[in-house]
Amino acid sequence: MLGRILVFIALSSAMLFAADAIGGMVEKQALNVPAIIMFLLFVGGTLGITYWAAKRTKTAKDFYTAGGSITGFQNGMAIAGDYMSAASFLGISGLVYMKGYDGLIYSIGFLVGWPIILFLVAEQLRNLGKYTFADVASYRLRQMPIRSLAASGSIATVILYLIAQMVGSGKLIQLLFGLQYEIAVILVGVLMILYVVFGGMLATTWVQIIKAFLLLSGATFMAVAVMAHFDFSFSSLFATATEMKGIEIMSPGGLVSDPVSAISLAIALMFGTAGLPHILMRFFTVGDAKEARKSVFYATGFIGYFYILTFIIGFGAIVMVFKNPEYLDLAKQAVEGGYPILGGNNMAAVHLSHAVGGDFFLGFISAVAFATILAVVSGLTLAGASAISHDLYASVIKKGKADGIAEMKVSKIATIVLGLIAILMGIAFENQNIAFVVGLAFAIAASANFPILFLSMFWKKLTTRGAVIGGSLGLFTAVMLVILGPIVWVDILGNAEAIFPYKYPALFSVSAAFIGIWFFSITDSSDSAAEEIEAFDAQYVRSQTGIGAEGASGH
Amino acid sequence: MRKEQVESIKNDPNFQELVSKRSRFAWTLTAAILIVYFSFILLLAYSPGTLGTPLSEDAVTTVGIPVGVAIIVFAFALTGIYVRRANSEFDALTQKIKDKAKENE
Repeated sequence: MLGRILVFIALSSAMLFAADAIGGMVEKQALNVPAIIMFLLFVGGTLGITYWAAKRTKTAKDFYTAGGSITGFQNGMAIAGDYMSAASFLGISGLVYMKGYDGLIYSIGFLVGWPIILFLVAEQLRNLGKYTFADVASYRLRQMPIRSLAASGSIATVILYLIAQMVGSGKLIQLLFGLQYEIAVILVGVLMILYVVFGGMLATTWVQIIKAFLLLSGATFMAVAVMAHFDFSFSSLFATATEMKGIEIMSPGGLVSDPVSAISLAIALMFGTAGLPHILMRFFTVGDAKEARKSVFYATGFIGYFYILTFIIGFGAIVMVFKNPEYLDLAKQAVEGGYPILGGNNMAAVHLSHAVGGDFFLGFISAVAFATILAVVSGLTLAGASAISHDLYASVIKKGKADGIAEMKVSKIATIVLGLIAILMGIAFENQNIAFVVGLAFAIAASANFPILFLSMFWKKLTTRGAVIGGSLGLFTAVMLVILGPIVWVDILGNAEAIFPYKYPALFSVSAAFIGIWFFSITDSSDSAAEEIEAFDAQYVRSQTGIGAEGASGH
Repeated sequence: MRKEQVESIKNDPNFQELVSKRSRFAWTLTAAILIVYFSFILLLAYSPGTLGTPLSEDAVTTVGIPVGVAIIVFAFALTGIYVRRANSEFDALTQKIKDKAKENE
């Protein structure tokens, strides 16, 4: 049993984060000229968009939400762009390459949160909020404590996610472009600051849309090329793949073997997705609830399609990359035996792009991977900066009396500070084991952000006291259980056995949050609690009908 | 929103119809995706061999492949079903509520 759990843990941590399987020490590669040309085209194009967007970003509303002028289709594409990170493209195709069917299980976990966001969250969020999800959570509760807690949850999620992205990007760029690690990290940080500070949400959205389009086109081309090789017959693709790697790859392996871990991971992925501040923020960029719901429909379609492509790409790599002398890591083979590929299993998709399209297409996919990182970190930084300026500065420090221009200025300063933190953390964590980071970010989003947001919309009896105590309890439990769990306690701190045996704390920390919020709300008999319960009806009417909701600004 | 306005919207039969229909629909679809996904996860945890059964005697493709792809398609189809009904029926009801609320102002 323990062995199976360990396999599960090893696999899933390798998955959550691309650089993890790319390996601690990455050899710098020779300069990749087509990749650099295509990357420069992307950077030039997106900086052009940033210039265009900067002229249209005049008010705080423009900065945070692109004036609410994004259509449902565009937003769906941008959400897909936010969600399809380099880690999921390289990581999931790498997992399919390594373990076959298990990769599909993982993708499904990442997808099923989306329908739930549509049915329960998207429209109400759009009808109640303005710039951040804390607007919704604090709608009828006391601003100070709720905003402070929601902003802490947002900033913690954003910084953790940023560290993971920065370290991953440094290693990936080093490998793909032959740039030095520090230079790669600084380049990503500086470009991201430029996009967000000058172009705000409008530039960030278009960077996401372009990147999503490029990634989907590149992945489609690879999948079609693989299928063409097999006359579009899945049975012959699978038959050749099993000849290479054995029949096990067609069945579930060790990924989901222990029910508690499996359910805990499922909860983290589902509720975590619905609590990620940069994803929630995207719902304020559309004009109304109707466009918000259309965004999720398109996003779910793009993301689902993308996961099916990564499955084909992973199998294609088994056939065309595995045992192919061109991609074999001879030095590693001499030590470990087997057929290791250059750069580790997560480079399977990158090598496949070379196998099906030569140097030119390899350059394209490398540039797309870089673009993907830039787009994701921009969205994250904008969400973090909004939590600082809109929730902490304007609502907590200025008590709602800040003017829009000052608020936007704070947001831009916060963007620069977050960018610098991301660069420094990226460099500091280069050789650290950060496999726990994305898992922790999802756990915090699921245990602190989501329960407060969800109950504030659906449960009349929620009070400030309940939300603050329960939300903090969820946050604290998530952090503690990750520290006491196998990854930090055993792998990083070097103890023999974990105090908390599971890698994913969500089942326990989400329960702690919901129970805490429930208990400390129903036992709250203060006058302010009575007022908060009283205010639910007005909030409910607005959340259901959109009467009084923030509209799109005229452009 | 003023208190009287909230009360009048709450008592509007269109509002009550919208809320009860939409809640029932949204929670039913939520239950559908949760049941499908958790059945899949529990099947994997308790009986991993089931999904590893080949589709036919000499086939390599296992039952798990079409099942996995079907869950992805199912998730997308559910969002489509929701959006379709919300765009027509629920939006029409919402419009009626808004019109009435304007009249009463």
